[in-house]
Amino acid sequence: MQDFAESFSLAFGLVLAADADLLEIIGLSLRVSLSAVLISCALGLPLGAAVAMGHFPGRHALIVLLNALMGLPPVVVGLLVYLMLSNAGPFGWLQLLYTPTAMIIAQSILITPIVAALSREVLEQLHDEYDEQFRSLCLPPHIAVAALLWDARYSLLTVALAGFGRAIAEVGAVIIVGGNIAHLTRVMTTAIALETSKGDLALALALGIVLITMALSVNAAVMGLRASAARQAYA
Amino acid sequence: MSANLAETMPRLLPLAVEGLGYEVRGARLIDAIDLRLEDPGVTVVMGPNGAGAGRLRWNGAVVDQAVRSRQALVFQRPVLLRRSVRANVEFVLRLRPGERHQTAMHWLEHVGLADVAERPARRLSGGEQQRLAMARSLALEPEVLLMDEPTASLDPASVATIESLVDEARQLGTKVVFVTHDIGQARRLADDVVFLHRGRLMEHTAAATFFNEPASSAARDYLAGRLVL
Amino acid sequence: MNCRRWLIPILALLVTSATALAVEKSIILQSTTSTANSGLYDHLLPIFTEKSGITVHVVAVGTGQAIKNAQNGDGDVLLVHARSAEEAFVAEGYGVERFDVMYNDFIVVGPPTDPAKVNGMKDTAAALRMIADAGVPFASRGDNSGTHKKEVALWQRAGVDVASASGSWYRETGSGMGATLNVAVGMGAYALTDRGTWISFKNKGDYVIAVEGSDDLFNQYGVILVDPDRHPRVKAVEGQAFIDWILGAEGQAAIATYTLGGQQLFFPNAK
Repeated sequence: MQDFAESFSLAFGLVLAADADLLEIIGLSLRVSLSAVLISCALGLPLGAAVAMGHFPGRHALIVLLNALMGLPPVVVGLLVYLMLSNAGPFGWLQLLYTPTAMIIAQSILITPIVAALSREVLEQLHDEYDEQFRSLCLPPHIAVAALLWDARYSLLTVALAGFGRAIAEVGAVIIVGGNIAHLTRVMTTAIALETSKGDLALALALGIVLITMALSVNAAVMGLRASAARQAYA
Repeated sequence: MSANLAETMPRLLPLAVEGLGYEVRGARLIDAIDLRLEDPGVTVVMGPNGAGAGRLRWNGAVVDQAVRSRQALVFQRPVLLRRSVRANVEFVLRLRPGERHQTAMHWLEHVGLADVAERPARRLSGGEQQRLAMARSLALEPEVLLMDEPTASLDPASVATIESLVDEARQLGTKVVFVTHDIGQARRLADDVVFLHRGRLMEHTAAATFFNEPASSAARDYLAGRLVL
Repeated sequence: MNCRRWLIPILALLVTSATALAVEKSIILQSTTSTANSGLYDHLLPIFTEKSGITVHVVAVGTGQAIKNAQNGDGDVLLVHARSAEEAFVAEGYGVERFDVMYNDFIVVGPPTDPAKVNGMKDTAAALRMIADAGVPFASRGDNSGTHKKEVALWQRAGVDVASASGSWYRETGSGMGATLNVAVGMGAYALTDRGTWISFKNKGDYVIAVEGSDDLFNQYGVILVDPDRHPRVKAVEGQAFIDWILGAEGQAAIATYTLGGQQLFFPNAK
């Protein structure tokens, strides 16, 4: 397999040359996936907190559902979002199909359950610890939730990271709703799929190496942040 | 400032305590003891059962809403937020109107933690953590301070600090309910004693009376250091 | 604190991404992987955009999916290669009119060892029968694409029932042309592909063209404007401008001048 050696030198070459197309694709990948993480956190964290702290009928079933939805197949999400956003679908008038926004929507749907389910676990643990203290203070629920979210912020960062990892790596959803249109909706994973289908396996693998490096950098940055927090006993 | 408060606020005593429960590893040994605490000062709640193993729970203990909003609890193991020392005090001050930063620093000075105000709370020693818990409770300027074996796992120096803080709180007019299994501590702190045994209220008398002439045989045995079965 | 500093630029990005499409004149072209992967559009579209100011966004999928997407109104122009499906698309009222654009041809590729002994044959039906009789693996798109439809028709003409052989020597990948070629090369199977994809395909290994040049391997591409009466949001003016251009002298010449490795990939034949 001479492809491996070739891929590594290609990947280096692409990055060193700061290839404009590559930078555009990387930029869009980060933009789409980070936006999706942001939206998922806005939706998933309060949901996770509500399930972690709440007592309501069906809570257990909801936890099972959230955990199951963590494994949502991206291609199914892509298909559902396509059917919604298609001009023949109910939200066609929004004219969002084949835009980065459609990709953000699909990835948000994909990772909100991940953020909700994982944050539920993190927050439930912290809630168990803080509950007695909070009840003794007669804290209003919104302050209690805010305090839990804030105090769990470094653990929740890891949760967000899990969502980001899923989003940046998936291809099934974005290729359907984004269409892999050059200079518009082409991201790292769809570019890799395209190069693979062109039989340019070395270039595909080189892009894969760049993608993995990107994911590694983001992870390392967040973990570094967390480690310094742990030293401060804030984590 | 808490002296002012004690003078101007309407007195909440007598304090009705209902449904005082006692749990050991989740099993309820005492379901509901109702108490009326008539006098200010320090009421020590003590008893031989499950020392160190169980703990008292104030499950909805104080029913009166007016009292609820002016109570504060200190637990055996302080639950501190993952924030700085000062932020821990400021957090509870958000429940009250008024300035937070100065007030927090005032109470940290009161418990001798002002110089570590910016350090992470969970980096403090056990004794410092409990002093922070005290500062946090005192910052609420509670009418009633409920303390559940607050010194059970502390070194003697820290115990002395906590006890002097309790004494100061009493002098400022705060009603203190102090749960302990340490007879010496009870002697040092108590104005009156509530003695519990086998899930029942055995005695509730002035401290001098309890320690000099305990009415029940269980209390006599307990004070004499004999096993109470 | 930190979060808020990040929030605003990210939200701003979200908003701008939603409006990015509105500021430029653009159309969506639903087309096939075979044309897109060959690099043809990278050659054609900049010429058109420079002349017209209209950006063409290509969604490259199988012909079946491209037609389905266009039926849903998710595209302005359709450029595919499955004549009967295209004519049905127009007949059912989804498209305005179908025009021939260009052609190339299909080829059968296979391993150099040629286990079915079909190399150099000019009779496609006979060659396919020999592959079937020998039981040598054949990788099919199996995705209802233009190439797949062509292949199914060729098997019918050869009188081979591939459905009963599916899973044994007849292997349906359910994937695009490139992915199917990757599979074929990987498992030593024969495969039907359009010549454009084959020439631009980079993972050929030692594969060779086994069968080519017969009349029934003709591969015609057609272009259709999605009917704005059916889907009011279709950008009919811009879409028609693209069709007029590609069918006109300039577009046809541009198709003819696209070469890869010295070979012409597509042959314009608009009337």
